[in-house]
Amino acid sequence: MAMTLSEKVFQAHLRDEPFPGTKVLGIDVVMCHEITTPIAINDLVARGKDRVFDPEKIKVVIDHVTPAKDTKTAQQGKILRDWARRHAIRDFFDVGRNGVCHAIFPESGFIRPGYTVIMGDSHTCTHGAFGAFAAGVGTTDLEVGILKGVCAFREPNTIRINIRGKMPEGVYAKDVILSVIKKLTVNGATDCVIEFHGEVVRGMSMESRMTLCNMAIEAGGTSGVCMPDEVTVEYLWPFISSEYKDKKAAVSDFRKWWSDEGCEYVMVLDIDVTGMEPQVTHGYKPDQVKDVSMIAGEPVDQVYIGSCTNGRIEDLRVAAAYLKGRTIAPTVRGIVSPATPKVFRQADEEGIIKIFMDAGFCVTNPTCGACLGMSNGVLAPSEVCASTTNRNFNGRMGKGGMVHLMSPATAAVTAIEGKIADPRKYSKGGAK
Amino acid sequence: MKEFGGKVLFLDRSDINTDEIIPAKYLTEISKEALKPHMLEDLKVEGFDPWAAGVADARVIVTRANFGCGSSREHAPWVFEMNDINVVIASSFARIFRQNMFNCGMLAIELPESAIDRLFSHKEGAKVSVDFEGNKLTIESAKGKEPFEYSISGFDKALVEAGGWVDFADARY
Repeated sequence: MAMTLSEKVFQAHLRDEPFPGTKVLGIDVVMCHEITTPIAINDLVARGKDRVFDPEKIKVVIDHVTPAKDTKTAQQGKILRDWARRHAIRDFFDVGRNGVCHAIFPESGFIRPGYTVIMGDSHTCTHGAFGAFAAGVGTTDLEVGILKGVCAFREPNTIRINIRGKMPEGVYAKDVILSVIKKLTVNGATDCVIEFHGEVVRGMSMESRMTLCNMAIEAGGTSGVCMPDEVTVEYLWPFISSEYKDKKAAVSDFRKWWSDEGCEYVMVLDIDVTGMEPQVTHGYKPDQVKDVSMIAGEPVDQVYIGSCTNGRIEDLRVAAAYLKGRTIAPTVRGIVSPATPKVFRQADEEGIIKIFMDAGFCVTNPTCGACLGMSNGVLAPSEVCASTTNRNFNGRMGKGGMVHLMSPATAAVTAIEGKIADPRKYSKGGAK
Repeated sequence: MKEFGGKVLFLDRSDINTDEIIPAKYLTEISKEALKPHMLEDLKVEGFDPWAAGVADARVIVTRANFGCGSSREHAPWVFEMNDINVVIASSFARIFRQNMFNCGMLAIELPESAIDRLFSHKEGAKVSVDFEGNKLTIESAKGKEPFEYSISGFDKALVEAGGWVDFADARY
């Protein structure tokens, strides 16, 4: 029978079907951060079940508020740190080596095609970019994942999105996914996996594919998914080279996870990017999306470049290409958070950090930072931020504040003008 | 098993997200009890005041589509649990929030939009009672009594009976 990628992953990981329609899967990677994990740890301790199913399969990072900003966040870090140590969890990323979970875990080679991945974080769908089934869960699911290595799911339906055409100058993966969310609406993909296909996706880097999959949840999707191919193998090669005789063998092995011809989709959506404009959200829902030309000129107080959506090296390179030789408007606070220490170091070596600083940006350490208004970069009431993050909910970046979601390119030129701007009007690397 | 039913809090808007149910700034708390005073404090819904007298004694929420979207934070069901709200009735839920409710032994009941409209037609002061065994609920207000049947998966019902997913999974795996 023809199967989708996620149906194949479900079949390969099925441990139990306690009731019709409920599938309990074995989990390959249980990822943990300091916001949703400590309460699970405390509950396990209180139950006298302070155990982990497999310390090798648990990956831990402090990323939302780091370094700690107060006693409460210090306590969250300590609970996580002490727990990782007492269970000999080797892959624990603490201050100095930590970064945004959905950037540092794939960068460390933890995600492979065909894997099941859970985390107490809704943007876990990012990891589907590797051809995995990756789903955000709550603390209770996380707790059971830690203890038993299993998680229960209703088998999701699959939506197929074919992305075709030629990406115009100034248009990036972020613009594509915003236009997809606009079409699907904020709950159009609930209980569905979103598969991204087509020549545009095949031509995208892993970073861009992660940007696509990262925002599947903003349409309600369980996981975003891309078919694992040569690009996936190239990205993972440092971690898998001992498992395959050459890259070709890895590509052919990964092919087994691809959705079969004739598999069942609940919806197929075709998107042609040729002629697409850069996309920007307005309002307080991520499906409220406009062409940049319809919203250009709206003033902003802050520009934020970073997050699990757009804080990777490719994103920083794009923003820096527009910022090079330019300075940001005096009315704007520019903040950039490289997503991981590796991204930070690479950006430094490529001269990108200098470009940001010369332009007037504040460069922070790798952290989730301003995205959810928990640590730095919080907005005052009535302030507006142009942001490369994933949620524009009312008050998300600070009570009474407003967020416009956009690509790193649009954010960079918006910083230059102090108002929402169109990157297509700019040349990269110097005034036009 | 938890107690289900009581006075209704009507939230007449779709797409209420978990940031609105419990803002991110409270996610630094490591006890569920500390969340209690902050339920829905930033929520913008016409006619809703989080500090109004009726909110504290509500036991059931009736709302619209895609309730609980956004962040996976289980702090959202917890803040309801801490305020003795163990039932949310909506025309649809976001997946993670819905599962978090059942995982905590609480009820996320989906009814068709037409049924939700009828629930909303009962005035403030309405009460809902739940017949958990029979998959039925009844709303009662000055307008009278109106019964509704709902469906719930065998798994979700078992989670509620077990008191949540940790106990269910621990006994079985």
